[in-house]
Amino acid sequence: MSLTDLTLSAMRTGLAAREFSACELTQAHLDAMAANRHLNAFTVETPELALAQAGAADVALASGSAGSLAGIPLGIKDLFCTKGVETTAASRILEGFVPQYESTVSGKLLAAGAVMLGKLNLDEFAMGSSNETSAAGRVISPWKAIGSDAELVPGGSSGGSASAVSARLAAGATGTDTGGSIRQPAAFVGITGIKPTYGRCSRWGVVAFASSLDQAGPMARTVEDCAHMLTAMCGHDPKDTTSLDLPVPDFAALLNADLRGKKIGIPKEYRLDGLDPTIAKLWDDGLAWLRAAGAEPVEVSLPHTKYALPAYYIIAPAEASSNLARYDGVRFGQRVMPEGGSLADMYEATRAAGFGKEVKRRIMIGTYVLSAGFYDAYFTQAQKVRTLIARDFEAAFEVCDLLLTPTAPSAAFAFGAKVDPLDMYLNDVFTVPSSLAGLPAMSVPVGLSADGLPLGLQIIGRPLDEQGVLGAGLALERAAGFTAKPEKRA
Amino acid sequence: MSWIVKGETGDWEIVVGLEVHAQVTAESKLFSGAATGFGAEPNTQVSLVDAAMPGMLPVLNAECVRQAVRTGLALGAEINRVSVFDRKNYFYADLPQGYQISQLYHPIVGEGALDITLSDGTTKSIGIERIHLEQDAGKSVHDLHPARSFVDLNRSGCALMEIVSRPDIRSPEEAGAYVAALRQLLRYVGSCDGNMDEGSMRADVNVSVRRAGAPFGTRTETKNVNSVRFIMAAVEVEAKRQVALIEGGGTVVQETRLFDPGTGTTRSMRSKEDAHDYRYFPDPDLLPVELTEDYIDACRATLPELPVAKRRRYVEALGLTDYLADVLTAEKANAAWFEALSASLATRSGKPEADMAKTAANWIASELFGALKRLGKDIDTAPVTPDAAAELLALVADGTISNTVAKTVFEAMLETGEGAAAIVDAKGLRQVSDTGAIDDAIAGVLDANADKVAQYRGGKEALFGFFVGQTMKAMGGKANPALINERLKALLAG
Amino acid sequence: MSVDDTTVRRIARLARIGITDAEVAPLAAELSAILGWVEQLAEVDTRGVPPMAAVMPKRHEWRDDAVTDGNVREAVLANAPEALSGFFAVPKVIE
Repeated sequence: MSLTDLTLSAMRTGLAAREFSACELTQAHLDAMAANRHLNAFTVETPELALAQAGAADVALASGSAGSLAGIPLGIKDLFCTKGVETTAASRILEGFVPQYESTVSGKLLAAGAVMLGKLNLDEFAMGSSNETSAAGRVISPWKAIGSDAELVPGGSSGGSASAVSARLAAGATGTDTGGSIRQPAAFVGITGIKPTYGRCSRWGVVAFASSLDQAGPMARTVEDCAHMLTAMCGHDPKDTTSLDLPVPDFAALLNADLRGKKIGIPKEYRLDGLDPTIAKLWDDGLAWLRAAGAEPVEVSLPHTKYALPAYYIIAPAEASSNLARYDGVRFGQRVMPEGGSLADMYEATRAAGFGKEVKRRIMIGTYVLSAGFYDAYFTQAQKVRTLIARDFEAAFEVCDLLLTPTAPSAAFAFGAKVDPLDMYLNDVFTVPSSLAGLPAMSVPVGLSADGLPLGLQIIGRPLDEQGVLGAGLALERAAGFTAKPEKRA
Repeated sequence: MSWIVKGETGDWEIVVGLEVHAQVTAESKLFSGAATGFGAEPNTQVSLVDAAMPGMLPVLNAECVRQAVRTGLALGAEINRVSVFDRKNYFYADLPQGYQISQLYHPIVGEGALDITLSDGTTKSIGIERIHLEQDAGKSVHDLHPARSFVDLNRSGCALMEIVSRPDIRSPEEAGAYVAALRQLLRYVGSCDGNMDEGSMRADVNVSVRRAGAPFGTRTETKNVNSVRFIMAAVEVEAKRQVALIEGGGTVVQETRLFDPGTGTTRSMRSKEDAHDYRYFPDPDLLPVELTEDYIDACRATLPELPVAKRRRYVEALGLTDYLADVLTAEKANAAWFEALSASLATRSGKPEADMAKTAANWIASELFGALKRLGKDIDTAPVTPDAAAELLALVADGTISNTVAKTVFEAMLETGEGAAAIVDAKGLRQVSDTGAIDDAIAGVLDANADKVAQYRGGKEALFGFFVGQTMKAMGGKANPALINERLKALLAG
Repeated sequence: MSVDDTTVRRIARLARIGITDAEVAPLAAELSAILGWVEQLAEVDTRGVPPMAAVMPKRHEWRDDAVTDGNVREAVLANAPEALSGFFAVPKVIE
């Protein structure tokens, strides 16, 4: 077995026992990256930096001063600003942008001894569910459907993270999740990913998409792997006023799959008409597994579920339209200046050339819903509906401790399969409501579709109950015994 | 006092509202830890937050909240227990985020009022609609390069209070008095230094005209006017322009204008015209500002005595004239100097403060201000302290020196920085109050001027002044004049 | 809500995104479809419901007023497409 096939947790053990060095581990991943460039998972590879960090990790490991992730090779989604390493958010408009600062979350991972292999591709500005909108080109899933050679999407927006972790190019990766961007790609490629409670991870230094929704989180191959990363990533940051000033548990040490006394809610509104029968079946299986772990199932109602997606597609574009106003060609990134043009001409040309189609579409929608005469009908109404959605969850959590749902309504699809933006947006139907409510939620791979593609289930918890979410995730993981691996590696 | 524009078709009344932008006195910016000082090298007082680098987030400066609340309290305004920061979205080269963080829907301070006094002695209350906190923009410099404007973000993100008046102002004079009174109040509170030259205070001037009693006309907004004089001028020329426009058959367009101090006219700012949809929405990076009663009480407790109350006290309790009360309350520093001098003088002379206040006030208004003006200094940099001045005035009060000698001593104090008593002693200026010595001197003067003594005694009493002068001269100017008078009268009476 | 061509141009102008004539009609159709879909929110009774103000309620945190940042002009200008004499440079603005 190759070193890259180890779980992050097993790598920790192996490194601690000096069975292999951090440099060897990193080199194995760099080799895998080099052999899998066709996946286009990385926007930037940083092998020299990685080996230097691995060398430092080896020294720390030898001297007993190693951090919790010493020597663990990770990929960093290219939405996290990394000091001295180009950060583009997969947008032409940020081409050549080299941050003079390190995001809080990537900084915490590095401080824990992690090795950065490179920056991971994504949908442009994290806007997308298929990784087809990246200016750096689409990311390809390492998976193939049975009997088909069609290239499949890895999901989005953290598609590079998903593809890299699934293809064993990285032990784990950072993702960000605004409406499902960690959970849906994790489900599409058969890995695990958790979006913690809004405010657990600092947003400082993460290129903003929709500020009231954006949350960083880990993506890795097991629940325990995610728990190790999550502990390192969370924590109060005085530079982010919305980050929560609460102690961070050692999630991995406290992992517990014993669900006795826990009630698992099944939201009836998530039983969509025409839900893929394989997914419906896995959902039932998941509930049975959790019951076997001691939990008691209850049916709950989240009556405003159907309004979550439309509310999200008002709030997120509105915030994005404002957050992306700073990309104007003045202080960083690309500038397009028509000969003899005015400042306004420069803005329009720069932004026309710098932003891709989906980003422009969302900026336009966001601009529209905030504009005079429409603000109350669209934005304020959406924020009120958001309150109702959060109340739905509060009410549900009075009768249950955790919710179990599918992560996505389908398995990974082929490139170009969803050309209608609305069709694409519907992919987030199960992940968006918990994003709007700021709740912790994770996707765990539990099985394969009829054509052999991974499917995930989602656990949603009360605010700050990452530990409960991880525990139920572990129970699912153990019962499902998901061991399938992608076939499409070079 | 109504102010009328006499048009060709009759009289027009003007309606003015002012939006004053006052930079909050704080070490660092509203949402970043960069410095706020004036006049630094370009882009040196800029953090990555101020430059709106990707992923940067605002963190609110507590001092700016405190100063806005104190200002609101000083204006007798409602303090909103919950206020919210909104984003005002527009593109401009000196607006790095592409939005200004401001407060539209829920400002930190609600309604209040400011009393102004006009030249005819009448007073008027001008309503305050609201005060909100917001970020200042950067600065564009247009004249350093033929094809480029240069952007300096030093000012970007500095905290401003926007103080919005009701449209209660009816004349250029009222506009000027309002801004002057507001500036005075802010300086008392310490929430803004009021340095209009450095842009710490500037006003957007909203002007419309109407027939008496008619509904409000269409208003124009003249941006960023930065002196009391210019504000008054902008009101006047804009009102007259509008009247001429309407009477010429035109209509006033709601627009943004610029006041040109060089020509004393306003002109349309077309560059701002197409950006009128600001798409305000609550800033998701910031939490609502929630204020407790305790917090507001604590802010109130730190307010100084405000100008109106202080002026009333000076007149009513200390018996100062209106003029002196105005002069001494114009600046908080004047009042502080005066009060320190009065207190010290009372202590040194053992007389009640109320008795010494007038002496102190008169001396400041005549001697100190005169000297400061000559030296080109202001009261904060005065070369003497209130206590040193009290030492001087106490010497006058107890008869050690005369008022005339006091002037000489004060000059010496300004030059040498030494204490009044020391100077008096060193120069031998102590007033002689020994009747024996005075009698000796008088005897000498009378002997030497026997003819004049005879004339005096013969009825030419106007000569009395001559004897006083000669005696004082004989005593080197140091004799107590009252004693000279008394003894001369006795001795001349023979 | 059906978005017409004029509205598309106005929104693009507000957002400072240059669009070609050929882009207008397709954008109008896409925006109309998306806005038509989100308009189902109008059917939700939100009387008396406050808009969400903070996702995770917490007490606000304020900074002490101290100079802790700035004086980093090189970092501020490092990525500028055009910087001259310590300033960012943009096409000349006529006010």
